[in-house]
Amino acid sequence: MRDAEFFRRWMTAAGAAVEREADRLTELDSPIGDADHGSNLLRGFTAVRAALEAGPAATPGAVLQLAGRTLISTVGGASGPLYGTLLRRTGKDLGEAAEVSDEEVRKALYAGVGAVAQLGGAAPGDKTMLDALVPGVAALSASYRVAADAAEGGARATVPMLARKGRASYLGERSIGHQDPGATSSALLLAALADTADAADAADPAGSA
Amino acid sequence: MSAPAVVGIVLVSHSAVVAESVADLARGLAAGGPVVPVAAAGGTADGGLGTSAERVLAAAREVDRGAGVALLADLGSSVLTVKALLVEDELPPGARLLDAPFLEGAVAAVVAASAGAPLDAVAAAAEEAYTYRKA
Repeated sequence: MRDAEFFRRWMTAAGAAVEREADRLTELDSPIGDADHGSNLLRGFTAVRAALEAGPAATPGAVLQLAGRTLISTVGGASGPLYGTLLRRTGKDLGEAAEVSDEEVRKALYAGVGAVAQLGGAAPGDKTMLDALVPGVAALSASYRVAADAAEGGARATVPMLARKGRASYLGERSIGHQDPGATSSALLLAALADTADAADAADPAGSA
Repeated sequence: MSAPAVVGIVLVSHSAVVAESVADLARGLAAGGPVVPVAAAGGTADGGLGTSAERVLAAAREVDRGAGVALLADLGSSVLTVKALLVEDELPPGARLLDAPFLEGAVAAVVAASAGAPLDAVAAAAEEAYTYRKA
């Protein structure tokens, strides 16, 4: 079972990954976006860390809802409402339980990704974060690591795609040949989840859900 | 006697200058009688280009007079931020994102609301701005 601390660690690991990769995310966002994806997410996850340190989020659902609310209010770009909605909907789906099973996490993330698709009006193949999130969440029934790998593969698969959503869509054919920054950061988010699960399961093999 | 309930208007742009200028233009074109409250929510909290959810919330609360708040947004994150706030029920009761061109919709919405139109009619006036062909 996974408790609130597990989800705080996930958010911390996601923030560390964003900090490590911020320059790369912004570089990916330069040819097809407005060159702020790394700095926007860094601002958002720095605020998430501060909010989680200050806030009394005592359940898995509360941790993710607080993180999502913080991303919506601090990021300033489209990734704020999109990632914010992902985490808030996932957190709401987890409810008020003190501990949740991996199956519950899988179902909640599935609901979260559905909310992102609805908010942005995008589908897989449009060269967006959904190209990493959808295969990632679909692979969660295998394991967190398989999901992270599927998301990473999904992000790489955006290179030959034509962007059909967001600012990159204005570039038409010129969007082809670049990896989507949102799909890339989505893969980082799921890799951070897999790392968090690996560390928790190594520390307490009996506790893995 | 309390003021009559009117629809408030919020203009959400990536740019503070754009939001304020469009608000000025809409107020100016609606002038001649009382003009409804119009608030600009442009740019990020630190003055850059982008969307600030906090500014949107503050603007919506500022113009709320009890008859609903009509929000118009320009692009990408402006639209997504308003939608995310609506889904989470953070905006005042009766808040609605209008499906309308930003500038033309803002003028139509402010004129209609200033004439005392309810939210449905304000929304219809703004959305109708899409049908005006320029070429």
